[in-house]
Amino acid sequence: MKIKINGEDKTIADGLTISMLLDDLNIKKVGIAVEVNREIVPKTTHDKVLVNEGDVIEIVRMVGGG
Amino acid sequence: MDFTEEQIERYSRHIILPEVGGKGQAKLLGAKVFALGAGGLGSPALMYLAAAGVGKIGVADADAVDLSNLQRQIIHNNTRIGVPKVESAKQTINELNPDVEVEAINKRLTVDNIREVIRDYDVILDGSDNFPTRFLMNDACFFEKKPLVSGSMFRFDGQVAIFSGHEDDKPCYRCLYPEPPPVGLVPSCQEAGVLGALAGVIGVLQAVEAIKLVLSIGDDLKGHLMIFDALGMSFRKVKVRKDPNCALCGDSATIKELTEYEQATCEFNPADV
Repeated sequence: MKIKINGEDKTIADGLTISMLLDDLNIKKVGIAVEVNREIVPKTTHDKVLVNEGDVIEIVRMVGGG
Repeated sequence: MDFTEEQIERYSRHIILPEVGGKGQAKLLGAKVFALGAGGLGSPALMYLAAAGVGKIGVADADAVDLSNLQRQIIHNNTRIGVPKVESAKQTINELNPDVEVEAINKRLTVDNIREVIRDYDVILDGSDNFPTRFLMNDACFFEKKPLVSGSMFRFDGQVAIFSGHEDDKPCYRCLYPEPPPVGLVPSCQEAGVLGALAGVIGVLQAVEAIKLVLSIGDDLKGHLMIFDALGMSFRKVKVRKDPNCALCGDSATIKELTEYEQATCEFNPADV
């Protein structure tokens, strides 16, 4: 199915969780938050929440400078 | 409260706003706002809070002014190099607005002192430069039931949010980022750099949100994360819900007291997508 991730169109397998998607795309799971359709999906649910057709996903990086 | 003639003139552009008025200006003069860090974000935030007439401003920072700070830390100047940042900040604030009482704390906030330091304040701003302090301040604000106006930046990117996990349905920092990134995998701020003027954008947004909280006006950033991309010149506002599984503010929280993390630097930089 088709999704958009960080502004780019991607075709991915059906039935992936957020966690599996991150693994497939080789995105390390520390120091990031995942935004799906303008909403942060809590990290504690990445193993359960499924990616849906047409989702617009952004990887939000932790920023700590001041 | 009765304004002096000077105050009526000083705050006239506030008082004339229906959303502020004399009542709101009196609220500001009675408000207590605390800022962690008198650095890039603290500088503009503190100056606008002072100019707005926030009656008491607290600021904590353990560092002294360094020449390399002046590219963005505009509350300081050339003549203050070597001076503790909180003293320099206090001087600028006093010169800007004598109505403001300043509590200058020239030390690092730790597990042992942070709760007591913030207890007397209404609104807390985080402009610190490292993750352990950000988690410490988030947890302290949760236990002390204070709204935390968080700002952070790195290179050309900035983030602003209000964390208020002690409130029903409002997230804390840990709902967004459960833990600090591992120590050692992080490039230092010094190595990575930051666009100086970005500090103005993010720090001033923090001041705007703090002032709105004091005045109870408008829609605040509780439950949202504002992401600013200076290169792309875009803002993105993202919803952040309270995580029922959050270790601090969730339904079966496991964090019952403050913990200190090891010192890391300012951004974890995972492989590009």
